Formats: sequence, C-alpha cells, structure tokens
Amino acid sequence: MSTRTATLATASRVISQLRRDPRTIALLIVVPCVLVFLVDQVLAGRPEAFQRVGVPLLGLFPLVSMFLVTSITMLRERTSGTLERLLTLPIAKLDVLLGYGIAFAAVAAVQATVVSFVGFGLLDLSVGHSKLLVVALAIANAVLGMAMGLFSSAFARTEFQAVQFMPAFILPQILLCGLLVPRAAMAEWLQWLSALMPFTYAYDALARAARTTPLGPRFALDVFVVVGVTLLALALGAGTLRRRTP
Amino acid sequence: MPTAISINGLDVIRGGRPVLRGIDLEIAAGCVTGLLGPSGSGKSTLIRAIVGVQIVAAGDVDVLGRPAGDPDLRRRLGYVTQAPSVYHDLTVLENLTYFARLVSVGRDRVEDVLERVGLTPESGQVVGTLSGGQTARVSLATALLHRPELLVLDEPTVGLDPVLRRDLWDFFHELAEAGTTLLVSSHVMDEAARCDTLVLLREGLVLATATPDELRRRTGTFDLDDAFLRLVEGVG
Repeated sequence: MSTRTATLATASRVISQLRRDPRTIALLIVVPCVLVFLVDQVLAGRPEAFQRVGVPLLGLFPLVSMFLVTSITMLRERTSGTLERLLTLPIAKLDVLLGYGIAFAAVAAVQATVVSFVGFGLLDLSVGHSKLLVVALAIANAVLGMAMGLFSSAFARTEFQAVQFMPAFILPQILLCGLLVPRAAMAEWLQWLSALMPFTYAYDALARAARTTPLGPRFALDVFVVVGVTLLALALGAGTLRRRTP
Repeated sequence: MPTAISINGLDVIRGGRPVLRGIDLEIAAGCVTGLLGPSGSGKSTLIRAIVGVQIVAAGDVDVLGRPAGDPDLRRRLGYVTQAPSVYHDLTVLENLTYFARLVSVGRDRVEDVLERVGLTPESGQVVGTLSGGQTARVSLATALLHRPELLVLDEPTVGLDPVLRRDLWDFFHELAEAGTTLLVSSHVMDEAARCDTLVLLREGLVLATATPDELRRRTGTFDLDDAFLRLVEGVG
C-alpha cells in the first residue's frame, strides 16, 4: 500500500469517529463563537480593546481546542491497544500522524471559518490585512495545537493527566504571549521566557494581520516558527510511536 | 511438517523481572497450536514477541522465515490481542473498512469476513453497543481480512459462552485445514483438547510440548487439567 492511501484511510477514519460524536463537534464549533461573543460583551465600552484582542483570539481558539481533542484521542489510541495492533499492520508511523493531521486540520478549517464569520460578520471586527489570512493563520495554529497534542499524549497515562496539560502547557503561554499585556511591558525574564513559547509567535502573527501597518519581516519569522514547531512536534511525536514496547 | 515459528534462547524482562527465560520452541505450520499455562506464565509476552511488538532481552524469534517484526510479516501475520483492539465509536463495517484499506483488500472481502464471523446483521451497529462476544468477533474479523498465513490469537475465547467457543474452535480448524497456521493461547484446559499440539508454559519456561494424546499418555490421566497439574508437580 502506498503511504498516501494509508494516510487518507486514517484521516477518514478519524473524521468518522468525530462524526459519531456530534456533541464534541458542537463544542468545537459553538464554544469559540460564544467565547468571542463574551469577550465582545465584556469589552463593550472599549471597542478598541476588543479590536486588539478579538482577531488574535479567533486564531488562538483552534490551537487550544485541537490541542485538547488530539491529546485525548491519541491517548485513547495508545491505551486501548489499537495503536499496538495498527503498528503490526502495513502502515507507516507517518501515516498515523498525517492521518490525524489532515482530519483535525479539516475540522479546524470549519471551526476557524465559523468563528471568523461570527467575529467579522456579526461582531464587526475589522482586520487590516486579508480576512483569509486570519483564517489561514487559524488553521496553521490548529495544526500546531494538534501536533503538540500528539506529542504531549505520550507523557500522559490517563485522560485526567492529559486534561491537566492544558493549564500546565497552554495557560502560561496565553499569559505570556502578549495578549493580556504587551510583551514589551513585561519584566525582562518574562520576555525571554515568552520568546521560547510557540504561542508568542502565533499571537504575534495574528496581531500583525489585524493591524493596518505592513506585516514586516517579523511576520515571516512568526510563520516560520509556527510551521517549524509543528514539524518538530510531529517528528518528536513520531518518535514516541513505538512498534516494540517493553 | 514445515516450521512456522522457531524460537531460540528467548529472554524477556518486563518491569525488572524475567518473564520469559530461555525459551526454545518450534511451532509447526498448518495446524492449531495451543499455548497454555496459568495466568502470569508469560503467554501474552511470548505472543507479543512472536508478533514483534515486544522488546526482547536476548534470543532469536523467526516467523515464517523472517525475524519477528520484519516489515514483510505485516502482510502475512494476523494478530488478535487479548482486549479487543477496535474502535468502539465506529460501526462494525467502518472498523472493517478501515483495516481493509490498510491491508489493501476490497469490499467483497469485508462482506465475506463479516459473514464468516456471523456479524452481517450487526454491520451497521456501533461497536460500543455490542456484547463482549460480538466485540471480540469484530477484533477477530479485522485480523482475518488479509488472509494471514499465520494467525496469532491471545485468549480469543475469554468471556464467550460455550456455544460461541465451540463455533470459534470449529472455525480455527477450518482455517488450519485451508493451510493457515494458528497459535492460540488459553488458560482453559478444556480447550487444549481441541489443539493439534500443545505448548505448556509455566513461570516463563516451556514445561512440555506434546499432542493432547501424548500428554495424557505421559501423565497417565485422561483429563488434561489433571495432566497439567501432574506435570507441574513433576510427575510424568
């Protein structure tokens, strides 16, 4: 079997699994919309503040939700014995990872499109550059979240642990990425710390896409880091899939 | 009779303790070999070593003329794990279709296999809603799709009622008559009588390899449960 067939078979299998779980799909699509609406309401008296955080939030929600969904789904695959069985069959580890990647990127595309529609269409968010650029960044962030989720699932033994990775890995990045306080206003050690976090670059790219000023070379670096960390996490994730185990 | 599996000096250590200790074993092709022993004797570990998913400390495991775990074996070997390893949130048909695509067989073969394990009426049902026995048969079905030369089953009849167990053993013999080699582990001695050859395992050692009749003769008892107990106690 060619690698591509096994990848696509895996992607369509993962999508079928998600389709059987309409509640998860509803949560994936509806929750970010409600949250963006809440942010809009909380900042009702300060439209410029909503303008500043709204667009980055559109692109960061997919990252967080894909991280969670992927780490739990992959953990189930590891603990249920299906992964061990799968790896005795003619399928490459890369097929498993890419299959998951394609499936979740498709879900992320839907999620990002719907949330963007709410943000741009109903809540009057405006964006300096193309709205499609924001959607594309949201999808890239979703794939980043998925890759990090796949990798981190190797370090959880139970679903309880996997869920705790969210406050452990994701929350500090949200605090430090520049969304709440501009990085330049933080203590120097926090700036250094945030420079090591992928969220910082994901946020910065979205914030630049939202502004009317030119994207600048820093935007290229942001995209490079997001794509680079995705590939790195996928490669490390592939390393955690073992055909032979103790 | 040609050899399907050949094991030399196999040592496996799990969690710091030796689980298999210097196993030497030959398993003949085209028949049903029973791997028997009490719980914790190393049956599952031996099976995992044969299908190539177990890290081994020492020794050689040769399967169908290749080292265990060789990529070539992924198309020639069927493995049914002890706990059914299928997707509980997919239907029976969706499960089989996925595995069929991985091993490059078509829709016809999926339908044949469903028929063979008696799950055609349940094909549209989500696996999570099936009974334990039905779920076990879905797992078995996924391993049959590519017509493996060697089928390795880890306690496939646990939790099944007597009728289902009898049917399953009839099915194993049909497969063997058609040329498939089967290795079936069990801790129920009454299933031993239905094997062509028995491998008795205890505390990581091969206690005996014999046909059921040889075992009865050596131990002077008809009942295979007694025969096993006598062997364990050093009689025969």
